[in-house]
Amino acid sequence: MQATGDSKPQLPKWVPAFGVFALLSLVATQAFALFFTPPDRDMGELMKIMYVHVPSAWIAFLAFGAVALGSVLYLWRRDIRFDLFAAAAAELGTVLTALCIVQGSIWGRPTWGVWWTWDPRLTTTAIMLIVYAGYLALRSFTDDEERRARWSAAVGIIGAINVPIVWYSVTWWRTIHQVQSNTTTMDPIYVLALLLNLTTFLFLFIYLLRVRYHVALLERSADARLEERALGAGVVHV
Amino acid sequence: MAFDGPALRLSGVTRRFGNRWVLRGIDCEIEAGQAIALMGRNGSGKTTLLRVISTLLRPTKGGGQIFGHDLVEGAPEIREFIGFLGHNAGIYDDLTAEENLRFSMQMAGLAWNPADAQRVLTEVGLLNERNVRSRGFSAGMRRRLALGRLLLRPPKLLLLDEPYAAFDQPGIDLVNRFARRIAEDGGVAIISTHDLARARPVVDRVVHIDNGRLVEGTAPELSPDEHAARVVS
Amino acid sequence: MSWQREWSRVRAIVWKDLTAERRTKANFNAVLFFAVLTLFLFGFALGPDADTIEAAAAGILWLTILFSGVLTFNRSYEQELEGGALDALLLYPGERRSIFIGKLLANLGFVLLVQGIMVPAAGLLYDLPLGRAPLQLALVLALGSLGFVTLGTFYAAMASRVRAREVLLPLLLFPVLIPLLLGAVESTAAILGGDLMGNAATWIRLLVVFDVIFLAACLIAFDYVIEE
Repeated sequence: MQATGDSKPQLPKWVPAFGVFALLSLVATQAFALFFTPPDRDMGELMKIMYVHVPSAWIAFLAFGAVALGSVLYLWRRDIRFDLFAAAAAELGTVLTALCIVQGSIWGRPTWGVWWTWDPRLTTTAIMLIVYAGYLALRSFTDDEERRARWSAAVGIIGAINVPIVWYSVTWWRTIHQVQSNTTTMDPIYVLALLLNLTTFLFLFIYLLRVRYHVALLERSADARLEERALGAGVVHV
Repeated sequence: MAFDGPALRLSGVTRRFGNRWVLRGIDCEIEAGQAIALMGRNGSGKTTLLRVISTLLRPTKGGGQIFGHDLVEGAPEIREFIGFLGHNAGIYDDLTAEENLRFSMQMAGLAWNPADAQRVLTEVGLLNERNVRSRGFSAGMRRRLALGRLLLRPPKLLLLDEPYAAFDQPGIDLVNRFARRIAEDGGVAIISTHDLARARPVVDRVVHIDNGRLVEGTAPELSPDEHAARVVS
Repeated sequence: MSWQREWSRVRAIVWKDLTAERRTKANFNAVLFFAVLTLFLFGFALGPDADTIEAAAAGILWLTILFSGVLTFNRSYEQELEGGALDALLLYPGERRSIFIGKLLANLGFVLLVQGIMVPAAGLLYDLPLGRAPLQLALVLALGSLGFVTLGTFYAAMASRVRAREVLLPLLLFPVLIPLLLGAVESTAAILGGDLMGNAATWIRLLVVFDVIFLAACLIAFDYVIEE
């Protein structure tokens, strides 16, 4: 009996092709958004940062939903692959969130005169960033794979539960203090470009997630093989 | 609860820590009423195996039954009758000897009778320290208090991880008497040790573990080399 | 195991944790002094103008509670880890979440005890009208502390067992506490300020919801987290 039964994980054939498609889609939608939509009346070309800012935010939330889903599935099934999936989604989500916040700042400074406002969306996003940075930090400090998976799942689920609570409380907080909301409205002419970008980001997310997950599987398999080879097989019945 | 078969059965128990496979497919059967010596070098997996059997650790793969209860699914039931004496005594420095015992009984959900403390502390030779905080106890005294905890609730499955370390001869005799008693009452005692000479008087079988795998052993008279020659794959 | 026996387990843990604390006293004194020191530091940092301080008082109070309280949680598990007692705890029959509830109650007692001295101290230092609505204030302190201690006890079960525990615990804990911080600060400020807008009630409701949700979540998740 082998101590491990894993064979080398294979990346499905559709993935590289899909990656190329996603990249082309990105180029196409960016070109369309930047060159073929008119500048905004008030904000000019600056408004176009919305084309990446909004999809980043949405896909980041999707990523964290994936983390929560993977966490629940791991605790239910105890299959390590769900944990690796959740971790891959968390990494992507964290990067997207950080980008989203930076983009928001870049847009906010010329528009409102400040680098940061405490509006509910931005604030919730920032808090999520820290929650998932904590998730990743915990993982990096935990060596044992099974414990890391269990702990990450617990932290991921609690973090996900927190998001709507944060949203509600920050919204109420702002209302109480009667801070003027900085509203942004978007002309319908831009909605198409926005939707196209959203779809592209989704494709990119799916591709990157699948690849990152595959890397995690490869890492795990390589470690296992190293150990296998070092010590041979054979089991004694006592 | 009536059940068929051996008191303890392990099938393909495997345990991985990070990159290391510490247990690599343990199969074994132990009948009720036996005391077993588990021998192996440092790092061979002795402690990990005991921790898996005790339900402190889940196996990465494989499983087993202990007195008819599944090792993973039946872990809560197994904990009702397990006793483990590990490297660390696991007592609280700021509590007295008696308080440590009382805490243990309350955690097991059992009624506390101070007469129990009297009896057990006498048996392990700590009666004078009854109301003394454990902070100042020597390693041997801590072990004895931990043993006392086990005496309060005699287990059906007794696991002793290198029990002879930090013990003088009276302490060693205590351990051996206890292990023998558990076995004679129809339970199972597993003693992991380097020192077969100390365990020899009480064990029925010797089992060797090497690099996470078991090596067959029989009566204590055989030398470790002779044990090694009996590898069955 | 029946719930009476589980309750006896909970009581045993509470007794043990508080007794160990009572006998060393080292932790309580250190945390209390640190809390009072923090109150002073805020005073210096925000300047001698009484109006500024008064406006910030609720925030200062709760930040002090959080910063001093966070020291409690890892320590709660340290006594189990030092002597290898955690293994023994996990081997007893019965629900593991009784361990969580016991530690939660012991930590809550500790935190409330510190507040018993620290809050009057803040009242003196910043000239706060603590007597204006003492029952409501006590309610807010209790609800805020409960949520804080629930999550702190939960996360510390993990953080106390890995490297960089002193920084990992706040990193995990504080982001999740933000709604609680808002609720506690806003309701405290409203109560101390005479609650002209009637806002305290809404924030207290938020605290209750927060406490209930996370108590339930942590009770469920603790089993997965306390294992080896």
